[in-house]
Amino acid sequence: MTTAALASYSLVAVYSAMAVYLFAFIAYTLDLARRSAEATSNVPVVAEAVRTAGVGTLSSAGTTVLERPAAVREPTPSRRGSVFERVAFALTILGWVLHVGGDVLRGVAAHRVPWANMFEFSLTASAIIVGVFIFVQIWQPLKFLGAYITGFVLIVLGFGTVGFYVDVVPLPPALQSYWLVIHVFVATLGTAFFAVGAGLSVVQLIQTRREHGGLPSLKFMQTFPDSVKLENLAYRVVVVGFVFWTFTLMAGAIWAEHAWGRYWGWDTKEVWTFIIWTIFAGYIHARATRGWRGSRSAWLALIGFGAVMFNFTVVNLYFHGLHAYSGL
Amino acid sequence: MRTALFLLLLLALAAVPGSLFSQRSSDPNGVTQYFAEHPDTAPILDKFQLFDVYTSVWFSAIYLLLFISLIGCVIPRAIHHARALRSRPPRTPVHLERLGTFSASEMKAGQTDAAGVTITAASAIEAARSLLRRSGYRVQLFDTAAKTGTADLSVSAERGYLRETGNLLFHTALICILISVGVGSGFGYTGQRALVVGQAFANVRVSFDSFNPGRFFTDAQLVPYRIVLNSFSATYEEQNTNALGEPIDYTAKVTTYEGDSTEGTKQTIKVNSPLEIGGNQVYLLGNGYAPHITVRDPSGTVVFSEPVIYLAQDANLTSLGIVKIPDGLAKQVGIRSFFYPTVAEASDKTLASVNPDLLNPEISFVMYTGNLGIDSGAPKSVYSLDVSKMTEVAGPDVSTAAIHLKPGQTAQIPGGLGSITFDNMAPANDKQNLEKSVQRFASLDIHRDPTLGWVLFFAICVVLGLLTGLFIPRRRVWVKAVEQKDGGIRLEYAGLARGEDPGLESAVADIATRHSQQLGLRLTP
Repeated sequence: MTTAALASYSLVAVYSAMAVYLFAFIAYTLDLARRSAEATSNVPVVAEAVRTAGVGTLSSAGTTVLERPAAVREPTPSRRGSVFERVAFALTILGWVLHVGGDVLRGVAAHRVPWANMFEFSLTASAIIVGVFIFVQIWQPLKFLGAYITGFVLIVLGFGTVGFYVDVVPLPPALQSYWLVIHVFVATLGTAFFAVGAGLSVVQLIQTRREHGGLPSLKFMQTFPDSVKLENLAYRVVVVGFVFWTFTLMAGAIWAEHAWGRYWGWDTKEVWTFIIWTIFAGYIHARATRGWRGSRSAWLALIGFGAVMFNFTVVNLYFHGLHAYSGL
Repeated sequence: MRTALFLLLLLALAAVPGSLFSQRSSDPNGVTQYFAEHPDTAPILDKFQLFDVYTSVWFSAIYLLLFISLIGCVIPRAIHHARALRSRPPRTPVHLERLGTFSASEMKAGQTDAAGVTITAASAIEAARSLLRRSGYRVQLFDTAAKTGTADLSVSAERGYLRETGNLLFHTALICILISVGVGSGFGYTGQRALVVGQAFANVRVSFDSFNPGRFFTDAQLVPYRIVLNSFSATYEEQNTNALGEPIDYTAKVTTYEGDSTEGTKQTIKVNSPLEIGGNQVYLLGNGYAPHITVRDPSGTVVFSEPVIYLAQDANLTSLGIVKIPDGLAKQVGIRSFFYPTVAEASDKTLASVNPDLLNPEISFVMYTGNLGIDSGAPKSVYSLDVSKMTEVAGPDVSTAAIHLKPGQTAQIPGGLGSITFDNMAPANDKQNLEKSVQRFASLDIHRDPTLGWVLFFAICVVLGLLTGLFIPRRRVWVKAVEQKDGGIRLEYAGLARGEDPGLESAVADIATRHSQQLGLRLTP
C-alpha cells in the first residue's frame, strides 16, 4: 500500500476516534448532570474520612480467633458508576483504539515513529493522554475527569488535524537518531501525566471553593473526592510526569550533544523545557512548604501545564530556534 | 523551603526573556538584526543584558543564590542523615492511638499459636520484630514494663532511609553538574573549520576559522591530529512530491591521522554521529558549495585560483560568496556573488535556487573596485565585503549588469582589469556532468569538553536520586504488645509517614494481618 493511502486511512481512523470521543464527552457530561441529581436526593453524601479505632475481642475458645474492628481505611464513596459513566468509558476505550490505530497507521505510512512533526506529536500525545486516563483507573477511580480528558483531547486533535496537518515527508538528517524514539516519546508521556494532573488540580480548586461555601450550583462536585484527596492524587500524578520530564530534559541534552555538538545551548525550546522543569520542581517544594499546600500548589501545577502547552504551541510556531521541526 | 521555592519560581521567570529576545550565544545574527531594526531600544535592552540573559548578572545572581541555599540545606541534612543512618529507631511513643494510622486488637489469656505454644507479649513482639526485619525495616525492641506494672513490650521499626539518601544525591548531583559545566567551559574550547573536499585540517590554532577557548585554555591542550575530507555527499528527496529537495542524508568521509602518524584511518562523520579523535568531538554541522573561481590579469597570469566557500542563505542553498583580490590587478577588486545550484528566474526577473542539488548551477557576480580596507592589517571577515570605499563596476546599480557564469565559463572584468572564470571541476572526460562541476564543503565543529563524561555521570545521579527520593516511602511502624490485668494481650499497630507516603495505611494494615497470621490468629472483622 502506498504511503499516501496509508496516511489517508490514518486520518479516517483519527476522525472516527474524534467522533467517538465527542459522544463520550456528551455521555460524561450527562453523567455529571446525573451526579447533581444524585447529590440532591441524598444529602449529605460528603465522603469524610472517618477513622475507627475500636478494639476487638477474642471469641470462642478452641479455635484461636482474633476479633478486630473494621479496617482502618478511608471509606471510598461506594458509588457504582451511572449508566452514562459506563457508556462514556466504553466509548472512550473504543475511541482510543481507533485513535491508536490511526496513530500506528501514520507511523507505518511514514516508516518511522509517528512523532516527528507537530501533527504527529499532537496525535501521539493525545493518544497517550487518553491511554494514561484509561489505565490510571486501575489504580484510582478517576472517571469523573472523563469530560475534561475527552474535551481536551478533542481540542488537541481538532487543532492537530486542521491546523498542523502535514503530509508524510522524510526525516531531516538531524532527526535521524534513535533518540527521536526515546526523547520525544518520554516527553509525550510527561505531557500526558501533566495533563491528567492539571485536570485534578482544576477539580481540586473548584472543590476547595465549594468546601468554603462557594459554587452551590455545582452539586455534582459532592460526589467527587474532597479537596485534600484530590490534591494528593494530583501530586502523585504530577510527580510521575516530573520524572518523565527530567528524563526528557536529559535525553534531549544527550541528543543535542550528538546532533548539534553541545548538550545545552539555551535554544528557545530548551529554555522552555527548563522553565517547565523549574516550575514543577517548585510545585514539589511547595508541597513541603508551610502555607503553600492546597490551592497555591494547585495553581502552580496549572501554571506548569500552561507552560507545557505554551512550549508546544507558541514556542514551536513563533519562536526561532533549533527545534524547527513543526513541519509547518 | 520557602527560599528555595521563591528562588525556583524566580529562576523560571528570569529564564523567559531569553526566549523572547535573540541571544548572542545561540543566535548572534538575530541580535545584529534586532539592533538594525530597533536602533533606539536595542542599546537599552542590551544595558539590561537581555541579549545575554543566561550569562547576565541578574540571572547568574538568581541561580547562584539558589545553589547557595541548596548547599546551605544539603549540608545540615546530610549530617543529620548520617547520624540517622547510624542510630536505632526511636523509642515507641506511649500513646500510639494518637498517631494518624493506628489499629488495635485484644486476645484473651492463654491462647496458643500454630505450634501449640502459649502466646506471650514477648513472643508476639519477637514475631513482629522478625516480620518487620524481613520486610526491610530497621528494628529496635523496647520494654516499658517498669512504668505500667504489667509487661508492655514494643518494637519500633523504621524503613526507607534510601529516600533521604536519594534526595541528598539528587541535590548534590545538581550542584556537581553546575561545577562540572563551569570547569568544562573553563578548560575546553570550541572551534569551527569549513573544509572543501580534498582539503586537510591539522589541529593547531591557525587551522581554525573561528576558535572560542575557555578561560583556562592553553595551546598545549591541542592534541596533534589531522583530518582530510575525502568526500562529502548530500542526498535530497527526489520521489516524495511533498518533500522534493528536502535533505535526507549528509555524509562526510574523512581520513584521520593521529599525532605525526602517516598511517590514516578512514572514518565517516554524519549529523548524529560525531567523530571522536584526540579527546575531541568533531561534528558535521553544516555544508554547502565551494565553487572554484580563477581570476587572471589581462596578460593571462593567474592572480587568484581557489575554491570559495559560499554560505547558504536558504533551504535551496542559494549561497553568498565573497572574493577579494588585493594584489595582482591594476586595482583592488571585491566580488560579492550568489551561487544557485539549480537556478531559476522568477517572474520579477530575480534569480533564485529552486533545488539544493546541482542541477543547473550558476553564479552571479557583483563587482567593486577601489579600497578593500584590508591594507591596514586589521583582521576582516572573509565572509563579508566592506564596500564603503569601493565603486560598483558591474551589478544592479550601474549600467554594466552583473556577470552570470555557468561552470567552465569565463567573462571579462569591466575596465579591462582581467578575467574571471567559474571553473568546471568535473573530470576531463565527464565535463558535461553538472553534478560534479562544483565542489562541496563540510563545516566541522571541533569541541573539547573535558567534563562531558562527568556531566553525564551526575545527570544519571540526578535521575537515580529523583526516583529514590520521590518513590521510596520513609515510614516508622510500631507494634506494641501490652499484657492486660486479666492476662490477655492487647496488640497495637501504628505507623507514621515521614514525607509523602500514600501507601502507609495499607502497609500498616498488611503488617497487622501478617503478624496475626504468623501468630496463628484468625481475624474476624
